[in-house]
Amino acid sequence: MARSTRPVFLNLTQIRMPVGALTSIGHRVTGVLLAASVPVGVFLLDRSLQDEQGFADVAGLLAHRAVKVAMVIVVWALAHHLLAGVRHLLSDFDVGSPLRLARRSAWFVNLGGVAVALFAAAALS
Amino acid sequence: MRLRFTGLAAWWVQRASAVFMLLFIVFALVAFWLYPRHSYLEWRSWASSPCVVMAILAFFAALLLHMWVGLRDVLLDYAKPAGLRRLLLGGVAGSLFGMAVWVVLILARLQT
Repeated sequence: MARSTRPVFLNLTQIRMPVGALTSIGHRVTGVLLAASVPVGVFLLDRSLQDEQGFADVAGLLAHRAVKVAMVIVVWALAHHLLAGVRHLLSDFDVGSPLRLARRSAWFVNLGGVAVALFAAAALS
Repeated sequence: MRLRFTGLAAWWVQRASAVFMLLFIVFALVAFWLYPRHSYLEWRSWASSPCVVMAILAFFAALLLHMWVGLRDVLLDYAKPAGLRRLLLGGVAGSLFGMAVWVVLILARLQT
């Protein structure tokens, strides 16, 4: 009787994840995305501070539509990562641990990240 | 003691750097909102003032340490063969160090 035959069902596309799981996975995915965009940011900082031409090049680059889309994605990643991080910090102090509150704050983080991204999209367009 | 940022030290580094970066982001957003810099000279003179140079250095120190703790966590979770993991951790550490040098060079160039 020691061996259980219960099915192990780990197809991530079919599991219905609780909202907190999406917040948590999102925190990690956005962290990696942000890490990947840091060298790009340093490069742009470098060029923009090099000379007049470099500054104009960066300004021109940031005016491209595709680059704006990329910027909105990075803003979304930053907003989600930041909000999820603050949620983590609060839970370090035992704030928001009850399930109802934790689910509500998870929704707030997930939707808040998207809201900030939409705001950025409006500001850039 | 080797500086490895693991365990409790990493926990503190991650949180302290996060709070510092949050403050820096608010500072930068307010600064750009109140005083947009539309020309190279305005941008350059702002970025080369001593306070901003210190803030940028502190920001990147926090960012790179934060990235080390976070990327290390990710690699420890997913890069299972020990050799691959060491290779990738070494690659991340080298890249972060390289970016630190890069940022210092950018700021040093402004002072000349």
